[in-house]
Amino acid sequence: MPLSEFPEAAQLLISIVAAGLILVGLFFLFVAAIGVLRLPDVFTRAHAVSLTDSVGALFLLSGLALYQGFTINLVRILIVMVLLYLLNPVIAHATVRSANRSGVEAWTREDS
Amino acid sequence: MNLPIVFFQVVLISITLLIGAYLYRVLRGPTVFDRVLGLNGISTKAIILLVVIGTVFDRVEMFVVISTGYALVNLIGSLAIAKYLEEREEVL
Repeated sequence: MPLSEFPEAAQLLISIVAAGLILVGLFFLFVAAIGVLRLPDVFTRAHAVSLTDSVGALFLLSGLALYQGFTINLVRILIVMVLLYLLNPVIAHATVRSANRSGVEAWTREDS
Repeated sequence: MNLPIVFFQVVLISITLLIGAYLYRVLRGPTVFDRVLGLNGISTKAIILLVVIGTVFDRVEMFVVISTGYALVNLIGSLAIAKYLEEREEVL
């Protein structure tokens, strides 16, 4: 049942909730981008990329999924959400592990 | 569709601007791992961008398939680069 077949009030409510979720997701993505620009070394930047980015993508895609109504497209966007939330930390972990093993120096307070 | 098209345009433009921040990190990153992390962030943004474009064009079923394939290609590429850099001795 797509969104246009819902009653008027339910359409309005679902649209407002979906817009709110999308805006919260955009906020998290902005925080992740600021972290990538400002943080001092590769480990802290990996922190910004993996954690904040995953949560932001989760919020934004859940808003879009809610906006589809109860159709098969909601399940498709849910599959993308689960895939992104599983794969993003794996990639960040592999990168940070290789950085640690090849001897990148971690940033400490004395370096600032 | 209920939300105005301007809302989705604002979302698309802001995500595109965020890609610029990650691109700066890819170009200027001190070590090669910073560049890999920046590319990972850019591909996450590209996946989100594809789903939003699908919502705007009302063709979610096609764009979601493309973004799923993009996510899997990104996983394989990043893991291969990380494994390769781990087995080398010197630091870039």
